[in-house]
Amino acid sequence: MQEALREVRVALLEADCALPVVKDFIAAVKEKALGEEVIGSLSPGQALVGVVHRELTRVMGEANAVLDLAVQPPAVILMAGLQGSGKTTTTGKLARWLIEQKKKPLLVSCDVYRPAAIEQLKSVAAQAGADFLPSDSSEKPLDIARRALEHARLRYYDVLLVDTAGRLAIDVAMMDEIRALHAALNPVETLFVVDAMQGQDAVNTARAFNQALALTGVVLTKLDGDARGGAALSVRQVTGKPIKFIGTGEKLNGLEPFYPERMAARMLGMGDIVSLVEEARKGVDQEKALELATKIRKGKGFDLEDFKQQVQQMRKMGGLSAMVDKLPAQLTQNINPAQLVDDKQIRRLEGIINSMTPAERARPELLKATRKRRVAAGAGVSVQEVNRLLGQFEQMQKMMKMMKGGNLAKMMRGMKGMMPR
Amino acid sequence: MFGLLKKSVDQAPARPWAERLRAGLARTRGVLGTDLSALFKRRNVDEALFGELETALITADCGVEASAQLIAALRARARSERPADGAELKRMLKEELIALLAPLERALEPAHARPLVIMFAGVNGSGKTTSIGKLAKFFRSQGRSVLLAAGDTFRAAAREQLVAWGERNGVTVIAQASGDPGAVVYDAINAARARSIDVVLADTAGRLPTQLHLMEEIKKVKRVIAKLDPEAPHEVILVLDANIGQNALNQVKAFDAALGLTGLVLTKLDGTAKGGVVVAIAAQARSSLAQARSTSKRPLSLLFVGVGEGIDDLRPFSARDFVDALVE
Ligand SMILES: Nc1nc2c(ncn2[C@@H]2O[C@H](COP(=O)(O)OP(=O)(O)OP(=O)(O)O)[C@@H](O)[C@H]2O)c(=O)[nH]1
Ligand SMILES: Nc1nc2c(ncn2[C@@H]2O[C@H](COP(=O)(O)OP(=O)(O)OP(=O)(O)O)[C@@H](O)[C@H]2O)c(=O)[nH]1
Ligand SMILES: [Mg+2]
Ligand SMILES: [Mg+2]
Repeated sequence: MQEALREVRVALLEADCALPVVKDFIAAVKEKALGEEVIGSLSPGQALVGVVHRELTRVMGEANAVLDLAVQPPAVILMAGLQGSGKTTTTGKLARWLIEQKKKPLLVSCDVYRPAAIEQLKSVAAQAGADFLPSDSSEKPLDIARRALEHARLRYYDVLLVDTAGRLAIDVAMMDEIRALHAALNPVETLFVVDAMQGQDAVNTARAFNQALALTGVVLTKLDGDARGGAALSVRQVTGKPIKFIGTGEKLNGLEPFYPERMAARMLGMGDIVSLVEEARKGVDQEKALELATKIRKGKGFDLEDFKQQVQQMRKMGGLSAMVDKLPAQLTQNINPAQLVDDKQIRRLEGIINSMTPAERARPELLKATRKRRVAAGAGVSVQEVNRLLGQFEQMQKMMKMMKGGNLAKMMRGMKGMMPR
Repeated sequence: MFGLLKKSVDQAPARPWAERLRAGLARTRGVLGTDLSALFKRRNVDEALFGELETALITADCGVEASAQLIAALRARARSERPADGAELKRMLKEELIALLAPLERALEPAHARPLVIMFAGVNGSGKTTSIGKLAKFFRSQGRSVLLAAGDTFRAAAREQLVAWGERNGVTVIAQASGDPGAVVYDAINAARARSIDVVLADTAGRLPTQLHLMEEIKKVKRVIAKLDPEAPHEVILVLDANIGQNALNQVKAFDAALGLTGLVLTKLDGTAKGGVVVAIAAQARSSLAQARSTSKRPLSLLFVGVGEGIDDLRPFSARDFVDALVE
């Protein structure tokens, strides 16, 4: 067992969990594993793997914690973190998420230091379709905060999202500043935004921010990369605060709930495929998918009209390349990204199908040379492209036959078959 | 407008960066309650001491493997050289570290081409745009003319951010409304030629190596540059954030495979993160060089370190200063 524990220690250190945290964790696991050995009939090794994963999941905290907004509006959310950790982007993502929850958020930037920081938040707010309160780099952050709070109150906003400048935990003046912002805003949520790639120092910064601000939660960003994300354990252990969201992309839809067991698996070196399936489920229009599934079950053929819908759904998920990004790199290294169906191509596919008659869509075998030429001309593409589409359609048709009622995992695997190798 | 910045570190007196780093690390100790130098004073050279040293290296992000290698080398030296006390052992560790990191030192050569084209790459938020702003100042203070290319056409207000750095430096920024980074850089190099500019600094959007289509995109930017001048880009610099842990190794590997890196910039060393991952990077470079001794590829160099958000917070990398700050 000693040997196995050493391996776990190295794995966690390589995942960038902080050394003191790893030491505590290993000690706890050792104790539990010894107890389990006595009870169960499992081999020490088996017991250990189970205990490690379970323990890691447990210390990572509750799944899917939500924001606490049950206060007299406006509920204030204050963002804090190191430089470049992803605060501004996450502010935009949260705005989008809140709007989806039928809330009315107002965004304001107290970052008067970084060039174009206010401009950045403005643009991100516009992308989210959220209201933005302009501020100027000549203003004092505290004045901006007070003004924003007043404005949000008067205009009946549900939530006020306050972005702040990145700061080092040892920068006394800047930490004083955010403490003052916190006091003036009295936020219900003070979110610490952490880069998932962060190394050993995560314990020090997390401790310092937690002491200064009484954090209420953590957002772990850039998890779409291949970092093992050990900082999650460090921050969690040091602050004791829940990880509420994870960032999985630069775009505003790259915000997902946090699942401790997935994070534990990732730190121990497994891919995050579960997340991907989740994402697919979110992007797919459930009703249409169900309709399609029923149709297939009833033995009706999968036609080009259905294909068009599939293609449209794919676009909603951000195109294939966005999905491929989510897969572990080991799985995707053989995929040539240049050949992936991108957003533009998806639109072209739609264009081609739109140029077909209903009869042709229902019975693609009707599409012989002359008809193909007509369709190509109608969509403004070459006949070759029409042929390519028909090829892809055939693959999809085969896949649908395998699908038997909409098994997403199978569908994902099938989609990979759609990509030329 | 940007001259009015309140936290204008620009006006702060320029201290030597080793001193600044040490000051930063001293503050760290306040937080951590550990003092590396206390480790060494009045200590016998024993097992516990080696253990503590290894711990210190790991907590500085040097990585399990590189730390183990360094401690093994230190043990071997201690056996033959028999250090009298902990302080002497510390000196030996420093020597080992300096020997490892010294090959990374390289001064950015004076322009051998005009325009000298330097392309920047890196993960999101590592400090590319800020480092370009600082480097513009560096070149301007050498009397060279500089032009900036706003090759980040993706992130919100990335262009405005670079334009602000251009204003601070009084240098031209070439930007486009178009979304094609290659086209922007192409334009910028042509503009630099027309105006006989000495140095072109090309910004690019942050990207994670897992985003394969974005890695393709940046390869294309490099190809576009090479079309204008087969010798260009003359430098391809990866900007690394000192806060980042072992993933920095993956970043170096992936960006090097895609672009053929010539140098690194390590940012945010003014914080509590020690940037020890460059030790791991250097250790890996050394072992792969040893494996392929015949290779003509020159070792990757660490050109500059970033020690703040201000325009002057950039220092040429010095292995000795870095190690002094790391193992004080
Ligand atoms: N891939 C990826 N990139 C992200 C994610 N979150 C943020 N980013 C990117 O990270 C970079 C920094 O993000 P910002 O939102 O500007 O970070 P910030 O904390 O506001 O930075 P400062 O205000 O300078 O301290 C940008 O390039 C973002 O697009 C994420 O979850 N995944
Ligand atoms: N403390 C400190 N902050 C730095 C340093 N270098 C950059 N920063 C800060 O880090 C944040 C991100 O810097 P940027 O230059 O925008 O990073 P980038 O790599 O261009 O980011 P993207 O383009 O979004 O990928 C900003 O808040 C900078 O002010 C440094 O050496 N020290
Ligand atoms: Mg910001
Ligand atoms: Mg940038």
